[in-house]
Amino acid sequence: MTRVLIVGAGPAGIRAAAELAGAGLRPVVVDEGARAGGQIYRRPPEMFSRPAKVLYGSEAGKAGALHGLFDALLAEDRVDYLPNRTVVGLSDGVAHLVGPEIGERCTFDRLILATGAMDRVAPVPGWQAAGVYTLGAAQIALKAQGVALGRRIVLAGSGPLLTLVAAQLLKAGADVAAVLDTAPLATQMRGGLKMALARPGVTARGLMLRARLGRRFRAGVSLERIETGPSGPKALHWYDAAGRSHTTTCDTVALGWHLRAETALADLAGSAFDWSETWAQWLPRTDVEGRAADGLYLAGDGLRILGADGAELAGRVAARACLADLGLSTDPAAQSRDLKRLRKMRRFAEGVASAFPWPAQMVRDLPDETVLCRCEGVTAGELRDTVPLSGPDANRVKSLGRVGMGRCQGRYCQLAAAELISETTRLSSAEVGRLRAQPPVRPAPVAALVSDHDED
Amino acid sequence: MAVIVLGGGLMGAASAFFLAQRGVQVTLVDRRRIGAGATVASFGNIRRSGRHLSQLALARRSLDLWNQAETLLGRDVEFRASGHLRLIFDAESLADMRKFAEAARPFGLDLDELGPGEIHRRFPGLGPSAIAASFSPEDGSANPRLVAPAFAAAAAAKGAMIVDSAPVSQIRRNTHGFTVETARGNFEAEILLNCAGGWGTTIAAQFGEPVPLNTFGPQMGVTEPLPHRILPVVGVWSRDHGAYFRQVERGNIVFGGAVERVPVDPDPGFAQVDPARLPVQLGALSRLLPAIRDVSVIRQWSGCEGYVEDSLPVVGASSTTPGLFHAFGFCGHGFQLGPGVGATMAELIATGRTEIELEPFSPGRFAQKNTTSQ
Amino acid sequence: MSRVNAAGEKGRLIRLAESDRAPLPFYLDGVERQAMQGDTVLTAVLLSAGGLRSAEFGLEKRAGFCLMGACQDCWMWQEDGPRIRACSTPLKAGMRLLTDPPKTWPGELP
Repeated sequence: MTRVLIVGAGPAGIRAAAELAGAGLRPVVVDEGARAGGQIYRRPPEMFSRPAKVLYGSEAGKAGALHGLFDALLAEDRVDYLPNRTVVGLSDGVAHLVGPEIGERCTFDRLILATGAMDRVAPVPGWQAAGVYTLGAAQIALKAQGVALGRRIVLAGSGPLLTLVAAQLLKAGADVAAVLDTAPLATQMRGGLKMALARPGVTARGLMLRARLGRRFRAGVSLERIETGPSGPKALHWYDAAGRSHTTTCDTVALGWHLRAETALADLAGSAFDWSETWAQWLPRTDVEGRAADGLYLAGDGLRILGADGAELAGRVAARACLADLGLSTDPAAQSRDLKRLRKMRRFAEGVASAFPWPAQMVRDLPDETVLCRCEGVTAGELRDTVPLSGPDANRVKSLGRVGMGRCQGRYCQLAAAELISETTRLSSAEVGRLRAQPPVRPAPVAALVSDHDED
Repeated sequence: MAVIVLGGGLMGAASAFFLAQRGVQVTLVDRRRIGAGATVASFGNIRRSGRHLSQLALARRSLDLWNQAETLLGRDVEFRASGHLRLIFDAESLADMRKFAEAARPFGLDLDELGPGEIHRRFPGLGPSAIAASFSPEDGSANPRLVAPAFAAAAAAKGAMIVDSAPVSQIRRNTHGFTVETARGNFEAEILLNCAGGWGTTIAAQFGEPVPLNTFGPQMGVTEPLPHRILPVVGVWSRDHGAYFRQVERGNIVFGGAVERVPVDPDPGFAQVDPARLPVQLGALSRLLPAIRDVSVIRQWSGCEGYVEDSLPVVGASSTTPGLFHAFGFCGHGFQLGPGVGATMAELIATGRTEIELEPFSPGRFAQKNTTSQ
Repeated sequence: MSRVNAAGEKGRLIRLAESDRAPLPFYLDGVERQAMQGDTVLTAVLLSAGGLRSAEFGLEKRAGFCLMGACQDCWMWQEDGPRIRACSTPLKAGMRLLTDPPKTWPGELP
């Protein structure tokens, strides 16, 4: 039987698995999480007790349906499920997996990547300190561990997650000192109009959440710096829309400017990429059904940041494309229905992307002493000094200046680095280029890799 | 005198620098970026232990230049003479090492032989099952990402013209010398120096000098940053592919070896690592450094290297074409030789002679062999 | 809910929910601490400490960043055995964690 490997067990991966299993295939699902669900519908450990309504709010029904669907596939033994494992590399038809203690290989005929997204973060002076996190981290801490990341938290950035995390933290009893959105209100309203036209209900829910934040919420702000002491953040210094300076005391800062697609495996698998002005990041190139290359399909936020509902649709669509390419029968009516819904999701998502933009000017204005690459401790000034020797090429700046050479492989610094290269050279981010992915996709423990060899 | 150097790897960039230093008018041409082929992928090993004896004089000259690199280049390319330790695990390799040490002594290479006790005392955690080791205190490493751009920038400061991102479409020989047509214009000079690495054989062939060369990519990797506690470059005396590693001052352990290299198509020449070989490689490394099992690999890479059939490089004046010189095909062990090759080629081109014995690397050696066998 | 560790350092995290789980002891820098079953290593350590590790290239402590296995900020040393990613590793009873590399890596000094 044809072996289809699905990487990721979030909304896209689970829907793809169900679609393939429904057609009589037995997909292999590899996931980094301990329990299927992905990040937005992440499940806490088994012994935790909060009900779905508390964990997922208005999305509890969707989360429950998705978890139930995957649990049923497992109970009926219709998928091979490999949790707690990362695909760290690919060679001809073989995925190289590592778990915390073991290395394994998994052969495949076709590959569906549903690798999701991560917070898109812009550096803020002081962000290397302990106690500065991503917005996603604040949400994961609450959802999966029942903890707040600090006693007095400032959330800053832009995007739907900013409002959502703030509301969730407040509801759970955390002290949220301020919610600072760098997108000006006028920008948000223009984008919000597109959002409301595509998905009025979702847009209204977001506005209601924001209303609950009251005076904590400020739009059109600019972040100056995180003041830190030996134990982490002490205050966030920021300017309001009118340019007045403010200081908010806090012990924790969480940052995020919407999301960035996780594309390293797509790159290693041979996908082409294009710079997206809409999403201000490099995104894989596929056809409408998610075909990226021969036998390679992409779905979910790792392809386009459409959110969980869009990811479920994209997962089904990519799976049907895969089935059709295998010559197996699919339901064309269902495919065209889902594709139509996906188009609506995309209109909404484009509205989101324009309402909550990447803070380009804030990054360009970063003082030289700001740490740009958290892994390697490379500063904005060091990058600016590298460009005359390296030229305006992201991979070359990495090679000569170490930006993106650390453990995270540039995931959290490469967009800011491209912005600064672009500022220095007056070339566009598209011309500056994209960091090529290098295996292993995540740090690969030697002990685990060697265990793979020992077994041979 | 005007020289066009083809290939902006370490060999070409160093040659351009030393030519410019002699007041020669130099144009350095590369199809892509300076130092972005085999050089950037290199391990950065400044090693003489185990090197073919015919290269030791050149290697000595090169080591002297590595020691002056920061002064010559005006920037730190991270040359550190932190020593080169080669571990020995069996009697056969111990005999090989002793034989080599004896033969290498006249070339100014003094290898210390260490017993197990001394290995453990001086290098905690390295080779616990080793029966002996050689230690070469003057050798070490440098940063392969920085060195070619640094030589090119220093050459430019001395008046060389650097033309990167310029694929060569045609090379023509004429009465004045050579015309090189590139995507960024045509260049003319009476001298042409071929430092095109794995691509050098095509140029040599055009001038009737066949060099049997294949292109392969090494399997390189690096760990996360760790406390900087391992000073020497570490390798192994072995008749098989040995593993090797070094810890850079920032703490990452760079490693390679122990597995077959991967064939690379020189066009386009983008070498890929093979993740399937990593577990085998790390297994071999953990014999040299068991504590590597506690940490993670964060990146792998490869590059396009030229391997000549007889495992020796092609260095010297062309045997067919006046004004043409070659320095390519360093078979994965050229990094140490780079500055020495650059200085020697500049000397040879500018003065017509050099003290360094280049006969074993003669560009004509394969043509001669064919003639003899006919 | 705030705890102070032996060094007088306050924990960074606070529990807002799910506080009714079985206790789980572990060691941080040789000192015994308490966490709960189901805590990740990151949660367990940061409930009573301000950081997970020292930065390699700065003077600051690090305490994780993304909590989803993408940023790799939270890798910690153990007294023995492989380094672990604190945000994705469940705490096990008796784990012996270190905020700084062991003096004995890569080998015992003679």
